[in-house]
Amino acid sequence: MGLLSDPVRRRALARLVLRLNAPLCLLSYVAGIAWFLALAFPPLTQRTYMSENAMGSTMVEEQFVGGERARVFARDFAAYRRKSGALPVAWLERTMRSVGLEVYTQSFSRKLPFPDETHERYMVSGTNVYGILRALRAASTESLVLTVPCGPDSTNSQAVGLLLALAAHFRGQIYWAKDIIFLVTEHDLLGTEAWLEAYHDVNVTGMQSSFLQGRAGAIQAAVALELSSDVVTSLDVIVEGLNGQLPNLDLLNLFQTFCQKGGLLCTLQGKLQPQDWTSLDGPLQGLQTLLLMVLRQASGRSHGPHGLFLRYGVEALTLRGINSFRQYKYDLVAVGKALEGMFRKLNHLLERLHQSFFFYLLPALSRFVSIGLYMPAAGFLLLVLGLKALELWMQLHEAGVGPEEGGGSPGPSSSLLSAQGVGLASLVAPLLISQAVGLALYILPVLGQHVATQHFPVSESEAVVLTLLAIYAAGLALPHNTHRVVTTQAPDRGWMALKLVALIYLALQLGCITLTNFSLGFLLAATMVPAAVLTKPHGPRPLYAALLVLTSPAAVLLGSLFLWRELQEMPLSLAEGWQLFLSALAQGVLEHHTYGALLFPLLALGLYPCWLLFWNVLFWK
Amino acid sequence: MAAPLALVLLVAVTVRAALFRSSLAEFISERVEVVSPLSSWKRVVEGLSLLDLGVSPYSGAIFHEVSNLGPCAYAAGGKTTELNPQTPLIIYLFHFLIDYAELVFMITDVLTAVALYFAIQDFNKVVFKKQKLLLELDQYAPDVSELIQTPKEMHYIPLKVALFYLLNPYTVLSCVAKSTCAINNTLIAFFILATIKGSAFLSAIFLALATYQSLYPITLFVPGLLYLLQRQYIPVKMKSRAFWIFSWEYAMMYMGSLVVIICLSFFLLSSWDFIPAVYGFMYPESPSHPDLCREEVIPGCPAMTPSSRENKEMFEHFSLFFVCVFQINVFFYTIPLAIKLKEHPIFFMFIQIAIISIFKSYPTVGDVALYMAFFPVWNHLYRFLRNIFVLACIIIVCSLLFPVLWHLWIYAGSANSNFFYAITLTFNVGQILLISDYFYAFLRREYYLSHGLYLTAKDGTEAMLVLK
Repeated sequence: MGLLSDPVRRRALARLVLRLNAPLCLLSYVAGIAWFLALAFPPLTQRTYMSENAMGSTMVEEQFVGGERARVFARDFAAYRRKSGALPVAWLERTMRSVGLEVYTQSFSRKLPFPDETHERYMVSGTNVYGILRALRAASTESLVLTVPCGPDSTNSQAVGLLLALAAHFRGQIYWAKDIIFLVTEHDLLGTEAWLEAYHDVNVTGMQSSFLQGRAGAIQAAVALELSSDVVTSLDVIVEGLNGQLPNLDLLNLFQTFCQKGGLLCTLQGKLQPQDWTSLDGPLQGLQTLLLMVLRQASGRSHGPHGLFLRYGVEALTLRGINSFRQYKYDLVAVGKALEGMFRKLNHLLERLHQSFFFYLLPALSRFVSIGLYMPAAGFLLLVLGLKALELWMQLHEAGVGPEEGGGSPGPSSSLLSAQGVGLASLVAPLLISQAVGLALYILPVLGQHVATQHFPVSESEAVVLTLLAIYAAGLALPHNTHRVVTTQAPDRGWMALKLVALIYLALQLGCITLTNFSLGFLLAATMVPAAVLTKPHGPRPLYAALLVLTSPAAVLLGSLFLWRELQEMPLSLAEGWQLFLSALAQGVLEHHTYGALLFPLLALGLYPCWLLFWNVLFWK
Repeated sequence: MAAPLALVLLVAVTVRAALFRSSLAEFISERVEVVSPLSSWKRVVEGLSLLDLGVSPYSGAIFHEVSNLGPCAYAAGGKTTELNPQTPLIIYLFHFLIDYAELVFMITDVLTAVALYFAIQDFNKVVFKKQKLLLELDQYAPDVSELIQTPKEMHYIPLKVALFYLLNPYTVLSCVAKSTCAINNTLIAFFILATIKGSAFLSAIFLALATYQSLYPITLFVPGLLYLLQRQYIPVKMKSRAFWIFSWEYAMMYMGSLVVIICLSFFLLSSWDFIPAVYGFMYPESPSHPDLCREEVIPGCPAMTPSSRENKEMFEHFSLFFVCVFQINVFFYTIPLAIKLKEHPIFFMFIQIAIISIFKSYPTVGDVALYMAFFPVWNHLYRFLRNIFVLACIIIVCSLLFPVLWHLWIYAGSANSNFFYAITLTFNVGQILLISDYFYAFLRREYYLSHGLYLTAKDGTEAMLVLK
């Protein structure tokens, strides 16, 4: 309070902020980026450890031996599936019943907002099959889920086989205290979403599905399995869920424990974990993994069926079997044993997984960065916006002082109110117009797809993407004509006020995003902040314009795609990159409508209009 | 001036009507920042249906006290739960108007705005007259001409007040959520109108109604009295006979109407159940509901009170202490403020309303909206405000972070209650700093008016005022 009310110290502080603004901003930005890059290095990354007491102390012995059985199931499943062309529901029901489960089916249908060209689907209808293994030792109040998503082609047969073999094995054990649901879903995530919505009796995405006949208790944890070969060289674990949500770190720790116990090779983001953290190589490899995780999390997509479970407060992860050219291979028994171990330990849970971290970044499977350590990186970046806003405010307000501090400047302060009134009036038009463009960007592409397909030789999906791009580009041309209508007395004040509003708007949005999805917030902050701070109508305008365009949300998306493929060591050519970009746009819109992913509305309704404001500042006359 | 006011009213009603029809209405009415158990529409409906069944609306507690669930079941969308904190008059009011509830809430908002409009219009006249008088009497320092409020500046203030109230997002949200807080605001606005118009009787009645609704407006008695005294040119002196007589009259009118209202409620329900239910509810630690605030369990808890953060189980023994500490804040500042702001009762009233909305139990954004409507009245303090930018940013940031952190806590399950309560605390700190900034600015302006704008210290340099 002393700092806020003591004029002497205030003045000193104000002078500091005004004089040293540029170096402070630069320092803060560099500190933010450097902090982020340092996250992969040992003092900031810590070893993971099991926090949950119920899963830590007990040893379990895995007895699963049904590898041959799993292969037979898988072969049968694949054969039936090829014959019927869809999920062999009857066969699955029969088999599940024969291994002793309570079997139910659920049919669902969904008309996508526009045809999905990547997955080649539009009107989707399918059936989920699930079997419940009732716990012997408890009432059906809690349950675990093992799920296998089946896509249109005949992948994942081995996963179904392993699921059935595990079900048969689990059926024979007496120690279960939680029901176990074995779920096979059709149409990948759509089926999972339909099942989850029906299980929790909600409807958030407009999915039509039949009522669930059988339920187990509240789902405590879920594991999704994707296997397409009889032998695997490694298991890749995927944690990033819808809207960047992550499962509790303990679940990952659990998986890692059993991988180590069974000697399984496991990877994260397709990368092995570095052995040596003391030299530079280990952390650098960790940084690569970390960046991949940040990019994936920022996309806000559900990268496996587990991502949809997270929304319902169910901790979940996806295991994906990888069969590469490595020499040493594991058969289904090894994978089955790891799963058995995980389920047995989850069976021991006394309460929901909550002890360990929910917010973390992973530079390697056994290393993590907790929220307290990575937040400063974003904090420094947001500080830049704050500092710049403060400087603008002080310039607008004549160093923000009362009469006794201003050194006797009665002139400007008396005209302050009227000038401010004019300034505010001139802000309304750009704000409204950029928001309106954002709204158009959000609504029109899907709404106008039929009109577009009638008038132009394009498919619906292309129409949506092209409309998106057209509105996006039109937004650049539109707003900077508007403020000429309103005449301002003090032209300099006008753009400064607009920039001030835009800076605060951007800082608010980035702050909120960072809290829920650090990766997205950091990515956007790292790219958008410099351009936002530098933009002004004087000086090298073409340079500023180029910088702004390069850091606009769409350009960030394009850049992220290139970076992602670069880090995966599959570099893209420009044409491929553009194709990938177009399909990513279509996917983004689709994911919003089918699963409720928030990236598209966030960019269209929040960040794009905000970015347009900066564009407006740049072309202020 | 009528045309712009009508336009503002029209816009406000359109916005509200549109929101009532949209899918957002349901979402908004579930938000803890907008609706507390004290002001929630659900409770009104619950009380009404109990009444229709011939059961006392306050009998919930008898059945459910043992269940120990408290608002937990309520927030989970459960059935009738426990103490209903809505006053009988509200319940009876909506007994007749339930079908027009949306209309009623829109009308109450409009009425509040109109009342504030006329009140401030009148108040401005008084301020101007007083300023003119003091100028003629040469009470002001010679170089303060730029501090004098001109009629041109003051012309649009009433309209701005109405605008600030009606189009404040907080008001809109609380109207769309049908929070009964809007009705409290209307009563307080009418109390202010009656006071400024100089009608002691009406002022007492509205104050009694407001007190009956939520108890805390009792502290507005002092500024109300001070203003009425000032209006009648009665000096506030302990020795003055007129002062005591008028105070006595006003207090009696107030007490009388309060008793009448409470008796009326008694006759409507023929039981005194409502007293502990309505007024006992405001004390989160009162014995009548032992388990109100088990954190993590209860989404509908008094989320914005600082008191709610105290975990009950750990501090069971100190519950009385906590009640005192948290409740005393509302009443504590009345006397010192009355002494300091004896000459400026309306500013006192503004500060007091702000204090109520900060420190009351179960505050909602609707309460905040009421004192925010007064900001245009103190436009002339703008140049003396020091931290308005930072504080405005704090308040905006917090308002946005409420839903985000709530989402992380309740839906995503990934953050815990501490995140959310930290933001409620920051929001309150922001409000407190804002109000003290206004208070200090007001005092400084008064000082400059009497001592001159350009002060010099003893050594001839420029002097500055320091708050210590």
